Amino acid sequence: MNVKAERITIAVAGAVIGLVSVALVLLGNPANMGFCLACFIRDTAGGLGLHRAEAVQYIRPELIGLILGAMLLSLFRGEFSVRGGSAPMTRFLLGFFVMIGCLMFLGCPFRTVLRLAGGDFNAIFGLLGFICGIVAGIYFLNRGYSLKRSYQQTRPEGLILPAIQLVFLALVLAAPAFIFFTKEGPGAKHAAVLISLLAGLLVGALAQHTRMCMVGGIRDFILFREPKLLIGFCMIFVAAFLANLMSGHFHPGFADQPVAHTESLWNFLGMLLAGYGCCLLGGCPLRQMVMAGEGNTDSAVTYLGLFVGAAFAHNFALASSGKGSTPNGRIAVILGLVVVTVIAVSNTFNKKEA
Amino acid sequence: MIDVRGLSCPQPVIQVKKALEKKEASYEVLLDSMVSVENVKRFAASAGYKAEFREENGEYRMNLSKL
Repeated sequence: MNVKAERITIAVAGAVIGLVSVALVLLGNPANMGFCLACFIRDTAGGLGLHRAEAVQYIRPELIGLILGAMLLSLFRGEFSVRGGSAPMTRFLLGFFVMIGCLMFLGCPFRTVLRLAGGDFNAIFGLLGFICGIVAGIYFLNRGYSLKRSYQQTRPEGLILPAIQLVFLALVLAAPAFIFFTKEGPGAKHAAVLISLLAGLLVGALAQHTRMCMVGGIRDFILFREPKLLIGFCMIFVAAFLANLMSGHFHPGFADQPVAHTESLWNFLGMLLAGYGCCLLGGCPLRQMVMAGEGNTDSAVTYLGLFVGAAFAHNFALASSGKGSTPNGRIAVILGLVVVTVIAVSNTFNKKEA
Repeated sequence: MIDVRGLSCPQPVIQVKKALEKKEASYEVLLDSMVSVENVKRFAASAGYKAEFREENGEYRMNLSKL
């Protein structure tokens, strides 16, 4: 595919993803949360009872669809390739703290765009933090930061996470008594299972095809002046903004925004941590989950880190709420920035060549 | 030979970029994912290099030559 065709494809895909996100809100998902990797992983962790925050417990079919959609298209295109072994514990830890950052802000990079498109100006501070975090990551990348290479793994290894998604699908459909479903709160707001699943499959396939990545968009533009991924990022915003405007869901301002708080510093620092960690991982949570679907077991481990991070965030009162951040959450974000910096430094300098 | 097999984004492109700063007439790059192939090819084109690649046992061998 030539450069122009690539850019048109990702622009169309971005627009479709933006429209799907707003459509999911119209069909029942929480406002400005048509799609959010952090929120949905958090809800899924709650649905499985890994945390007991009653307002945010639901196994989100969008995530199941996302991983399976990416897997199916990668199989079809001959790109399903099982690889892993590039510092899995480090990736787990990075994923953990990326989630802590996201839940300080209340959204992943994807939802940052959707919040902006809904008129939530608090997300401006989140976006600024996210960009600064990526710049911090780039500093180390330019000086040789690397988690070293991955190697080919066995095919069953790459099929474990997609298989787990099928189990999740069975659980959300059968809704056995041991699964937790929110009765009141953001977790209770959701589109019908089949619609959510189809939306996830579509977004997963589009993201697999275009390599859509929120971190990559900003990172590649800064590093190489390469705008491809940034175009996708911008088109999600444009399409979601227009759809919100037309459907009466654009409410500009700082106060009383849905599932958001107004603490600008902590919105900034939360996404600073998320952008920093994601840059060192090589992609945003969306991209990590798509790569996990493509057979990348390092990304699957990152997903587990995000998952455990979400459970910790609610078990230890680290996650923010509409009322604002928590003291524990602030400590965790600062600790996260320190840990991520230690990871960055230790994988950049004083390395002996393997 | 620039070996970028198994590296996470954007390290393959960063390594190629650093090598291309020496402005040699041609380079050989070893890759193992189509994403890296696309990214390196796109960067090489912007830096004035033509990229040709072939698949060998699930890996890709790319030749970059100055336009």
